[in-house]
Amino acid sequence: MKILVCISKAPDTTSKIAFKDNNTAFDENGVQFIVNPYDEWYALVRAIELKEAQGGSVTTITVGGADNDPIIRKALAIGADDAIRVDMEATDAFQVASEIAAKAKEGGFDLVLCGKETINNNGAVVGGMLAELLDAPYIPLATKLDVSGTTAEITRDIAGGEEVLTAQLPVVISAAKGMAEQRIPNMRGIMAARSKALNVAAPAGTEASTEVKSYSLPPAKGDCTYIDAENPAELIKKLHEEAKVI
Amino acid sequence: MRTDLYQGHDYYNMDDLLSEEHKLIRETARAWVKQEVSPIIEKAFEDGKFPRHLLKGIGEIGGFGPYIPVEYGGAGLDQISYGLIMQELERCDSGLRSTSSVQSSLVMYPIWKYGNEEQRMKYLPKLATGEMIGCFGLTEPDHGSNPGGMTTNFKDMGDHYLLNGAKMWISNAPFADIAVVWAKDESGRIHGLVVERGMEGFSTPTMGGKWSLRASDTGELIFEDVKVPKENLLPNKSGLGAPLGCLDSARYGIAWGAIGAALDCYDVALRYSKERIQFDRPIAGFQLQQKKLAEMITEITKAQLLTFRLGQLRNEGKATSAQISMAKRNNVDMAINIAREARQILGGMGIINEYPIMRHMMNLESVITYEGTHDVHLLITGLDITGENAFK
Repeated sequence: MKILVCISKAPDTTSKIAFKDNNTAFDENGVQFIVNPYDEWYALVRAIELKEAQGGSVTTITVGGADNDPIIRKALAIGADDAIRVDMEATDAFQVASEIAAKAKEGGFDLVLCGKETINNNGAVVGGMLAELLDAPYIPLATKLDVSGTTAEITRDIAGGEEVLTAQLPVVISAAKGMAEQRIPNMRGIMAARSKALNVAAPAGTEASTEVKSYSLPPAKGDCTYIDAENPAELIKKLHEEAKVI
Repeated sequence: MRTDLYQGHDYYNMDDLLSEEHKLIRETARAWVKQEVSPIIEKAFEDGKFPRHLLKGIGEIGGFGPYIPVEYGGAGLDQISYGLIMQELERCDSGLRSTSSVQSSLVMYPIWKYGNEEQRMKYLPKLATGEMIGCFGLTEPDHGSNPGGMTTNFKDMGDHYLLNGAKMWISNAPFADIAVVWAKDESGRIHGLVVERGMEGFSTPTMGGKWSLRASDTGELIFEDVKVPKENLLPNKSGLGAPLGCLDSARYGIAWGAIGAALDCYDVALRYSKERIQFDRPIAGFQLQQKKLAEMITEITKAQLLTFRLGQLRNEGKATSAQISMAKRNNVDMAINIAREARQILGGMGIINEYPIMRHMMNLESVITYEGTHDVHLLITGLDITGENAFK
């Protein structure tokens, strides 16, 4: 089974977020980047587990510049066999999905996995676009994945319960928490990653279809006022007269 | 213990000097520590026992002989990588780092450097994975700062050596499979011998009552007419310079490790100072607390610069013993002072095991005197710059 895992970088969750270029771009200065956790902990690890159990290969794919190489090397250290980096600075999800689709078609993959979303923009749309471009089924937010022969069995959380689906390969699946458990790379993996192929590919040249007008941070949190639980009248008064929400 | 929220601190952008692989190695060690060790370290310290189930994991993250060549089971990494792993382990606990650095620098290093090919192939691959654990016997009850005065000795009995004597303050001794033991031959010259658990007359009683390095097992090595096969003598170096060469490697690891302990204390104190409200404002806003925190990060940054440069010199094979002494002495002293200042920032909370500071402080009381005392390292610098020997 040939598995393709979409990997992207994301700011470490402790990073301070700032914008530049008149609030139209994310300021990466001083930001520590990590592998997007949904890509790494769930999609990649489950792909490696399936390969370990059933044979095959795991390839990662990333759309971006050479600044992505450290997170790709980490994915290789965790256990991916090789990696593709489409060398372009994509600015929207359609560009990313189109570029991945072009390479996925060339590679003839049985299974394409991605994280349910990337924790920077939380767009959660690349997977769906990619499936459409590959003319494959798309099953988002999977919490469990097994493959038997050419059939994938996927579990998803739904309101009040779970849904179990089957789909014929090839299929595109986005991974949510629960699909696998985080793996810490070991020294053997880090050493092996040195010699694994990180193939830099020329982009197909998809144009962006959207443009960022501006970013802004959420408003700063206001002071917190504690009101005695025995005094609901004061709460009502403050909500009415000060917060003016009732 | 609370959830381990540790973040590294890099005031002078030292990370720009590291390779991506260095950072991945550091990140790996840090993630492993947070997942496997931080949740249990306070209990291990309280119980006074090294958590032996961690040995395999230490091996997997490269904590055993990372600079040993690949053909002997090591990772073939550089000295900066070794330092970064030591930093991350001691960031959690000096005892954890001790177990790792003893195995790496005091057991694997001499077998690699002073052993023959058969000895390397016999021991190093198993030591690298943690399947086999070693210890290092140099210090004796009556010979600490003066190891050359050792009385442990061996006699050539024709088909074997007969080893007698005792070593003390030996990390990993209670559970080690092998010991690299330094003893004098009949002419008084010091040699290294690999003594294996199970050899008749060899015992390793545990030393108790420690108020420091409680999560590391310490013991004695007792040799009573131990028959050591001749092939267990390390043939390629003898004299006091042989064990001191191992100590150079170990002390270099300690210099990095101490930065880890200091970083953890600083990290905890900085976060606490921003959250702790007194007089209606975070205590981080008060000048006396800022003085402590600002001086801490200044000292940490100086130590980081000193130690990184030392790592470069080690990589080039140019670091002198005296340069290593300076870094070990400076960094451990820096760390112990930061632990004490950090403890004060936390007030009463600083003395309980919900936070790691008091544990670091107690651990560092050992680190400042083992592998060359604070005072002896000063005299090494003194000798180096004046040419005058003040030891005796």
